[in-house]
Amino acid sequence: MSVNLSSILFLITGILFILALRGLSSPETSRMGNFFGISGMLLAIVVSILSVDIFFTNLIYFLIALSIGGIIGGIIAFKISMTAMPQLVAGFHSLVGLAAVLVAVSAYYSPESFGLGNFQAIKTASIVEMGIGVSIGAITFTGSIIAFLKLQGLMSGSPITFPGQHYLNALLGTLIIFLIGYLISNQSTQIFWILIMASLAIGFLIIIPIGGADMPVVISMLNSYSGWAAAGIGFTLENTALIITGALVGSSGAILSYIMCKGMNRSFLNVILGGFGTDSSSSNTKEKTEQKPVKSGNAEDAAFLMKNASSVIIVPGYGMAVAQAQHVLREMVDRLKKNDVKVSYAIHPVAGRMPGHMNVLLAEANVPYDEVFELDDINNDFINTDVAYVVGANDVTNPVAKTDPKSPIFGMPILDVEKCKSILFVKRGMSPGYAGVDNELFYRDNTLMLFADAKKMTEDIVKYLD
Amino acid sequence: MEIDPFILRLCIFILSIFIGYFVVWNVTPSLHTPLMSVTNAISSVIIVGAIIASFSSFNGSSISVSNILGFIATTLAAINIFGGFLVTQRMLQMYKKKEKKKDK
Repeated sequence: MSVNLSSILFLITGILFILALRGLSSPETSRMGNFFGISGMLLAIVVSILSVDIFFTNLIYFLIALSIGGIIGGIIAFKISMTAMPQLVAGFHSLVGLAAVLVAVSAYYSPESFGLGNFQAIKTASIVEMGIGVSIGAITFTGSIIAFLKLQGLMSGSPITFPGQHYLNALLGTLIIFLIGYLISNQSTQIFWILIMASLAIGFLIIIPIGGADMPVVISMLNSYSGWAAAGIGFTLENTALIITGALVGSSGAILSYIMCKGMNRSFLNVILGGFGTDSSSSNTKEKTEQKPVKSGNAEDAAFLMKNASSVIIVPGYGMAVAQAQHVLREMVDRLKKNDVKVSYAIHPVAGRMPGHMNVLLAEANVPYDEVFELDDINNDFINTDVAYVVGANDVTNPVAKTDPKSPIFGMPILDVEKCKSILFVKRGMSPGYAGVDNELFYRDNTLMLFADAKKMTEDIVKYLD
Repeated sequence: MEIDPFILRLCIFILSIFIGYFVVWNVTPSLHTPLMSVTNAISSVIIVGAIIASFSSFNGSSISVSNILGFIATTLAAINIFGGFLVTQRMLQMYKKKEKKKDK
């Protein structure tokens, strides 16, 4: 196949991918979008197969690789639970990163296959692009592995920090930039591998100090990196499909990171440079709060309140995901609807461990998506609502974000749960949320604390609703 | 004077970033998780590079390091392609509108 023809076809691949993302602007068009994405991928694969001359003699090896990958990928896709989506996506990012590294290394050792020159005599532009691609790929790889381990609970979700961490990162970052520049004059194997090692190390170091609830930012950031890595490889291999796709994915991840940061009112740098202000302040507030009176209730009280309400808003958070309470929550809502209670769901942008996490879980439990609202769309409704049922969320409802400029969460957009006539808080204990800030809603007169596991409590409420 | 092909690629790259920017801002927040899984799947178009790496200058008798790395990269990308698109499909199928008929 001629280079010109394959370039045009790769451009079409890019367009199909753009349509795939375009489809996601509404749930109705999204399935069509996914179909465009699959066609684009198929086209890209066929074109690259046809552009390798002696391909057909080796078709069998390609089919082996494809079927191994297909079987593993297929099994994962069907077995994975929706609660585990964040770690799945993190794991997949690491594969993209590793694949980028492998392709770059392979191009480094046999540049003639890609028309980039000869071993250790690669064109200047290509070696720089290769250096950038391999570096971002390596950072994505180790960074995503750490994110995966933290999300899967194989590694502590709390921030890991040590003295001099930022200096070490800065040093490694400078070293990486220097090495990429140095590759222009010296393409030796040692330099290339030191570059890879330094990038692997920095990917690891960047993610370990970031704590659990900041994961939505991390995972979006790694999403973005995996795109830039693909684009870097695209420049190296002079491939349009990779460049377009890399740019799309890169900007998509960047936008998601921005939305997530805004949802927490924190700068991107602030998230990257480490977790929320740690223990000293939070232990103080804990002592103070233990003396304040709290009203706690049981499932029967909660059922009574909700049954007699005319409208209820449900505020789910990560705790709902952990307890797998989405299905029983939907049952509860069904009962309430039978009693002519108007029910809607309110989702904070950073609820859960990845962008849109709560929406997927509710969709899994067959909650129609037109009953689920984003913060801006529902925040004015709380004032006219009788009961807010907060299940597994905490910081995102804390009014202190509006009132106390000293609080670490000051300025964070919150769901105005406080404006409801009564608030039901399902929580396992009185501990503060991730940010270590005490939630003053717990002590309000119109708040009823329901101390229990989210799933257990909701199940009990369902019994009393019958 | 001819334009360096690199500059042309840079143009494609920059324009694609803009397209990505506008398209992604239009994605409804409730579909952000499928957005991540589908971007993840399409970034596996890196399989294009992996295919060239594993099969160019491969003649069956002498297998180079590049061929082996390319083969592994092809497999990894394939996991991502199948896993990514299938899981996205699975998620999208769960998003349903309110159906009044079924309630009765």
